[in-house]
Amino acid sequence: MAGPKYPGFDTLALHAGQSPDPATGSRAVPIYQTTSYVFRDTDHAASLFNMERAGHVYSRISNPTVAVLEERMAALEGGVGAIATASGQAALHLAIATLMDAGSHIVASTSLYGGSHNLLAYTLKRFGIDTTFVVPRNLDDWRRAIRPNTRLLFGETLGNPGLDVLDVPTVAEIAHTAKVPLLVDATFTTPYLMQPFKLGADLLYHSATKFLGGHGTAIGGVLVDSGRFDWEASGKFATLTEAYAGFHNMDFEEESGTRAFLLRARREGLRDFGACMAPMTAFQILQGIETLHLRMPRHVEATRQVVQFLAAHLAVAQVVYPELPQHPDHALAKKLLPKGAGAVFSFEIKGGRAAGKAFIESLRVFSHLANVGDAKSLVIHPATTTHYRMSDADLQKAGITAGTVRLSIGLEDPRDLIDDLDRALRAAQK
Amino acid sequence: MKLEVEGRPVFAYTANHGVERGKRTVVFIHGAGLDHSWFGLQSRYFGYHGWNVLALDLPGHGRSAGPPLTTVGAMADWVAHVLDAAKVERAALVGHSMGTLIAVDCAARHAERVERIALIATAYPMKVSDAFLDAAKRNSYDAFDMSTIWGHAPSVPLGANPNPGMWMYGDTQARLERLAPGVLYADLNACNQYSLAGSVKCPALFILGRRDQMTPPRAAKTLQEQIPGAKTVLIEGSGHSLMAEAPDATLDALVEFLTTQ
Repeated sequence: MAGPKYPGFDTLALHAGQSPDPATGSRAVPIYQTTSYVFRDTDHAASLFNMERAGHVYSRISNPTVAVLEERMAALEGGVGAIATASGQAALHLAIATLMDAGSHIVASTSLYGGSHNLLAYTLKRFGIDTTFVVPRNLDDWRRAIRPNTRLLFGETLGNPGLDVLDVPTVAEIAHTAKVPLLVDATFTTPYLMQPFKLGADLLYHSATKFLGGHGTAIGGVLVDSGRFDWEASGKFATLTEAYAGFHNMDFEEESGTRAFLLRARREGLRDFGACMAPMTAFQILQGIETLHLRMPRHVEATRQVVQFLAAHLAVAQVVYPELPQHPDHALAKKLLPKGAGAVFSFEIKGGRAAGKAFIESLRVFSHLANVGDAKSLVIHPATTTHYRMSDADLQKAGITAGTVRLSIGLEDPRDLIDDLDRALRAAQK
Repeated sequence: MKLEVEGRPVFAYTANHGVERGKRTVVFIHGAGLDHSWFGLQSRYFGYHGWNVLALDLPGHGRSAGPPLTTVGAMADWVAHVLDAAKVERAALVGHSMGTLIAVDCAARHAERVERIALIATAYPMKVSDAFLDAAKRNSYDAFDMSTIWGHAPSVPLGANPNPGMWMYGDTQARLERLAPGVLYADLNACNQYSLAGSVKCPALFILGRRDQMTPPRAAKTLQEQIPGAKTVLIEGSGHSLMAEAPDATLDALVEFLTTQ
């Protein structure tokens, strides 16, 4: 374009959503540790409650520090706005609860974080929402699973832990043909590696606990709306297109068009379910986002070195990482993830469960814990931890075996990481 | 509210209220490529403060059927027809950008129907650059980019949104992407071609953004001089999208102007 230009990703990561504090001039994002906000007068109060004026009323609904994080993430993803939540799981629940009622149906990838699988397979079922799971690369299965009451297609941009690459453009097209949106969990890719809205996704969320925060200090989630899905034209989303008695008979689509989903999610979801983010948490996650564009390339580069090392190691049966030619989604990864396939991957150690246990207990630099996306390198055994609730059949569908080990590569010197892995692999084979 | 004008469906947002006789009416008229919800906060306020509200979707925009109208004069006549359809004799008109030209034209040629006009972010003549027009004519995304970036103050992408959690650039892009091909061009071309069709005698208020890149305050001077007694509120820091960038200041200016007899 010959005319004006948008700020770059790196600039938005540092500035979007925050002006220097007008009261103090503070350059850093202030932590507004307050529950509530003084009204100018009674008319101002009534207008804020009735959405006639913009502003904050109560920090469960919105908070100035949290709002910076929300706007920054919307800017980095190219959405209309965002809602920060208590966790990534809260973001997923908020999205589903905003879109559908009992009697609805979801089509979801089999390759999901264990908690997400649990929510869909068991918990939501109790509330009358059913899910059909499909292997994400079997595109016809997505089409076949859609029913008249389907309201959402859902997958992870990089599936957990098999690193299945979701074919976002194709699955989005399948969703749109069925007049339903595609929601993706973009935690493993972050907006630095992939911007799912540009590929056709309609909604996305992150466990901000992971790479966004990046330092393993705060639990949080962010739900972002592209604003591109036309709820009115779809005709399938009564929560957004019909009068809602719980808020002055508001028809959210009529009221706000592109902002309908977020408006209902905030005004109903945060109000009634209450899974909001604390301002201190938002501040910590913002500190991470300010260096996301520096950390992610380093995470990816170190991962590539470690993957190469493991792929050549005699104690390793296989390494599952989309940048390896033998990965079933290798070609798709090259197309959708040109900056890299992330910093989380799994490998299968020879010797099964016993070798896996000995390996993990021999590591010194890697930390054995239930998290990914930390600045520090992490290791876990999914079959006994993150995915322990899943049956053997479901584990197999998710690409997990007794010997599967998941690594999250941090920002240490890659040579130290390789030395640590080498020592532990040798110990595991004794 | 669903209406019909010249056989085509028309949508007017009424803030969950009907149109009642005896109440004053305020009509909101959006700018190029946008729709009624661009006035979301302001129109809702008036609807809940004793006014009849008609926040319109112009033909081919939002929920009103197309095709888009191609001249400001036709749009002004259409507004008068909407008043007929809603059985409203007289109304205050609040326009934004292209909507200001529609309000001015309506006030000049349908003076008996217009009580007063508020013009938010305006210029006269409202010339559109060749690059912008050409991009819109080609339905190129460049036109959406120009509309998005020039449509806000330079500080917007590096600052905070008064509406918590929203990203103004993304919202504008999403709205523009919903347009049928040719609609943005029809709007911009109508602005570019418009010539004043008479004088405005009713009270007028200009609400201008100091940092408006699309219609900078100096570009309103010719129009300000042609409307006797017109008042001006200049909002510091705001760009072209005053309803989003400075929602409270814009609303406060409208409340004072519309409620002062």
